[in-house]
Order: sequence, then C-alpha cells, then structure tokens
Amino acid sequence: MQSDVIIIGGGLVGMALALALDAHGLTSTVVDAADLDATLAPGFDGRASAIASAPARMLRAIGLGQVLDDHGCAINQIRVTDGLSPLHLHFDARTEGAAADPLGYMLENRLLRVALMAAAKPAKNVSVFAPARVADIKREATGATVTLADGTALRAPLVIAADGRRSSVREGAGIRVSSWRYPQTAIVTMIGHERPHDSIAFELFYPTGPFAILPLTGVPQAPNRSAIVWSIENEDAPGYTKLGPRALAAEIDKRIGGFLGKIELIAPSSSYPLGFHHAETYSAERLLLIGDAAHGIHPIAGQGLNMGLRDVAALAQVLVESARLGLDLGAPAVLARYSAWRRFDNSMVAGVTDALNRLFALKGRGPALVRRLGLAGVERIAPLKARFMAEARGETGDLPALLHGELV
Amino acid sequence: MQSNSSADGATSIDPAEAAFFGKLADDWWNPAGSSAMLHRVNPLRLGYIRDAACRQFGRSTRDRTPLAGLLALDIGCGAGLVTEPLARMGATVAGIDAAPENIAVARSHAAAMQLAVDYRATSVEALAGTGAQFDLITCLEVIEHVDDRAAFFAAIATLLAPGGLLVFSTPNRTPLSHATLIVGAEWLLRSIPRGAHDWQKFMTPDEVTDALAEAGLSVTDVQGMTWRPGTGFVLGREVSVDYFGTAVRSA
Repeated sequence: MQSDVIIIGGGLVGMALALALDAHGLTSTVVDAADLDATLAPGFDGRASAIASAPARMLRAIGLGQVLDDHGCAINQIRVTDGLSPLHLHFDARTEGAAADPLGYMLENRLLRVALMAAAKPAKNVSVFAPARVADIKREATGATVTLADGTALRAPLVIAADGRRSSVREGAGIRVSSWRYPQTAIVTMIGHERPHDSIAFELFYPTGPFAILPLTGVPQAPNRSAIVWSIENEDAPGYTKLGPRALAAEIDKRIGGFLGKIELIAPSSSYPLGFHHAETYSAERLLLIGDAAHGIHPIAGQGLNMGLRDVAALAQVLVESARLGLDLGAPAVLARYSAWRRFDNSMVAGVTDALNRLFALKGRGPALVRRLGLAGVERIAPLKARFMAEARGETGDLPALLHGELV
Repeated sequence: MQSNSSADGATSIDPAEAAFFGKLADDWWNPAGSSAMLHRVNPLRLGYIRDAACRQFGRSTRDRTPLAGLLALDIGCGAGLVTEPLARMGATVAGIDAAPENIAVARSHAAAMQLAVDYRATSVEALAGTGAQFDLITCLEVIEHVDDRAAFFAAIATLLAPGGLLVFSTPNRTPLSHATLIVGAEWLLRSIPRGAHDWQKFMTPDEVTDALAEAGLSVTDVQGMTWRPGTGFVLGREVSVDYFGTAVRSA
C-alpha cells in the first residue's frame, strides 16, 4: 500500500497531521498500536488541554471547528499571580485589537480525539491501521517501507514519528534526546465550583510549583467546571496521591483561596512525573519527528500540545508546497526545511518554559519580591505584555498559513 | 527514434564537458555529494519553472499536477533532479543528456521511484531532427557548457511547440560570478566540483537574449538568483551571479 506519508502514532498530533494533509489532497497511512476506538470511551483520559488561538484556527481550517464550538471553553483572560498575592499579571483578550478571538480554548483531550477520529474515518486521503504493531521500518535512499506484524507492507517516501514521548521510532533510528526530570509531579483532576469562572484561566505560582485552574464548559452535573493542573514536589507526591477525594479537595481549596466558592472533585485524579526532553535532531533518512516524539516541556504555560500542533501546521505546509513542486517528499531539502522552521521555535518555547518554572520555584522573600514586581512590571509595560499575549495565543515566529486559519 | 547509448551526429556538445559530468554520474542523487548545491537550489528552480508554466498554460499553482497533459523536455537532465519533479507535476517528460553515464543513473533512479520518464543520451540537434516538439522545455545550467551556441539555440527553437515555453538558467559572466562560482564554490568551499565551469563561456542576460532572438525566440522574463544568509537562495533583480529566464516563440 502506497501513500504520501506513513504516520506512526494516531494520537492528537498524528491524527491532526493526517487531516491537515487530507485537506490538501495528500495521502497518509496512520498506524497506532492502540485500539483507537477504545480510547474514545469516557473516562479513558481525564485530561484537558489548552489549545491556543492560532492552533485553534488551524483546527477550524481543517474542519474541526464544531468540537471547539460545542465543547471548547474560550479562555478570555489569563490571570497570573505569585501565590495568592494581590499583585498580578492580567491578560484580557477583549482589550486587544482583534477582540473577537479568545486567547485559546480548554478542551477535554477525549473530545478532541473523538472529533479527530470522526473526521478521519470518512476522509478520502487517510487510512488508519489500528490496533496494529509495527514489525519493521526500512528507510532507504529511494523510499521507506513499514511492515506491520500481520505482514502488511506500507510504502511511502516519508515516515513521520508521532508516537509520543517514549517514541520507539525515534529510538529505532538512533536519535538521542536531551532530557531531565523536574523534581515535581503534576496532579491532574477536575473540580466543580460554586461561582462561575467567567472564562478566566488562573495561574498561581507557589514555590512548590505552579497551580493552574483552567476553565471548562459546564455539564449538567457541574455547571461550573474547571481543570486543575497542580505541580507538587516529588517527595510530597505519594502523600497527596493517597488522599481521598474529600481530603484532596480540601488541599486544592486551600490553594485556590475560596474565590470560586465551594469546590468538589468531579473526576478521578491522576499524577504524572514532570520532565523535559528534546530530540537532538528532528530528522533522519526519510524520517521526521513531530509532537512529543520530538519534544516535551513542563506544562507550566500549557504549551505542550500547542507545540505539537504548530509542528503539524509547519510540516503540512512544507509537504503540501513540496508536493506541488513535484519534489520527493522524503528528500533531504524537504526534511531540512521542516527542521529549521520548528527547531528554533520549539527551543525558544522550551527554554522560556524551563526558565519560568525555575524562577517560580525559587524559595525565599527575595525571589518572591522579584517575581511580584516582575509580574506587576510586565503588567505595566505594554509592548512586553503584548509579546506575552502573542506567545499565549501561539502567534509568534514565522507562522504557517494554517495558524492564520488558511489552507496552504 | 533510436535509443542508442551515445550522442551522435553533428552536435553542440563539448565532449570534454560531457565526460567531466559523466564521471560524477553516480553521485548525482547523493544530497551530500558533489551535487549538494543542486539539491539545495532545486525547490527554488522548480518553483520558478512551475510558476512560469502555470502562467503560460493557465494552470493553478495550488494543483498537485499543474503540468498534466503537457509534453516536457529537460535538456541536460543529468540524473533527473528536475526531470523527475516535472513527471510528478503531471507532465509527459523526456530527459536528454550528453553523458550516457548520467542517462543510465537517471533511468535506474526513475525506475526505483516508479516514475515514467523517457531518458535518452542524445543531443538537441539529433532530437530536433526527429521532428519531436514539446510544450515545455527546461534547460538549466547547460548553456554555459555548450560548444556551438547558435546551433544549440536553433535546435531548441525547432523543438519548442507553438505556444510553448522555454525555461533556462545559467551563470552570468561578471567579476562577482567568477568570485562566487569559481573562486568561492569550486576552489574554496568545494561545494561545486572543481573544473565544472569555464568562466569564459558564461553568457550575460543580454547575450542570451540576443542569441535566442537570432533563433526566433523572445525572452519574456529574467530573474537573478542570489544567496542570503539565513534565508538561503532567493530570486530577485540581482542577476550578477546566476539567472533564470523564460522565452517563447517570437510573434
């Protein structure tokens, strides 16, 4: 079976790439080890993600606007504070020129996955093999062949690894990663609360790590709902994760400080060790890495999935433009253009995110004062604030057409 | 026509030039090899060819096969770096080269890529003698290697079908092109094989325009190619190193 690309990994990023290519008439074969239909069941993944406004525009351009309209909660404001200090940094989409566009959306990962699968099934240029195990990947000068465990042979000029943080395709290609662990664990859950969130995302920095309250759309059982991403120190993690729902809710309530009224846990909590990783190169012969297979950062600024979606937008543009020039889609010049485009941007986001986390983790009154004055300073310096806003929206750097909401 | 393995008859081919490039044949498709520079400029030159052809034939640049239904000829095709993309863009393509070694490599590569290209080791004069005609003729970095220019351009004019388009590129003969291509690229950086160019044989845009007019073709566009740090190769008004152009039959 022949296609323009073979995408290993049918998660959010891999499937978004298949659909972005489909919108331009390029064919892809998606292979995933998991039964993708089973991952659509409620409760599989209690996580939600922030989708910045530029990647959201891409999702609309490739036909996924409905899920944002139906289930995405617009983030109209972001409020950043050092703990519960009254000095804060405040981003408001409505004070900007392009008032209509929110800063981003909060969306449950599961619902985005459902929408991607629903769009992929009827898509003319997308073939999905899942659950399917990759037995062998052969990358040669004139093309690549992926052989599945059942003997099916897939051929394409290019293989794309979208198989996540522990990418076996990346490992198989011998691409090394720089990585480290933060001494932090993220506790992720959902709360229902008494007062409305007014579409505001709150980022409270505590010395143990950031505490984020991210607005979600209401459901009948919980008309006011938010996602919680709480970073705690590793040594405290076993204690917190053993807490029952009520005790954990009480701990969360202490951090929120009561401004949302009474709260209750409305989803099971899960915990994730936090780390940073960046592949030393995004390309090898007839192979490119995207999404978590290429990079993973601290969730402090909610940029992880957005980096992956920006990879998708840039790669789709590179492949579509190359196809229209009759180029071999696995040619080194094509691969180099994607790598150069994404590597700088991803390195910047990764560096700033890491620095933010380290700055806010410093203990003592001195660093706290610097942070508080820093936040208040950014608040007062308009160009600096505009720059942070653009970063939150995902609008910095040389933007691919899809991030403007346009097809290539 | 015959598909013998060597160029025949009276031709504008310089045998020494053909032998020089024939020796590089095996390395053509190695993006890190002696043709690395050609691989890097390829997207730019394909863009120029595609855009010019779309204007000439009323096609869309957003189409994946904008050259569908057109007969194309790539003169001095080497191992097919431009010929194969022309085939992917939908054209029915022939590629000719003076070096039989190049044609052999081109044929086996196209076969491996499952592309249908009619490759022949022959000269433009011999091909023109068969009465064949093409809607689109590309002639990239070839003019500067040719012996008898008048015969070469006359043959191209014969090969160009009515309403057809010629796209060419060649280095200019200026002090800057000498510094860049000969001293810089061939001697210092070694990014182009040493001895690939004879600066004395380079033609200025005016000389090419006059020579084509002599053959009955009018130049309709000329753009220079330059290299910018950070951006790479770009097209523009600066023609002092290398330039691209298009020509059609004179009215």
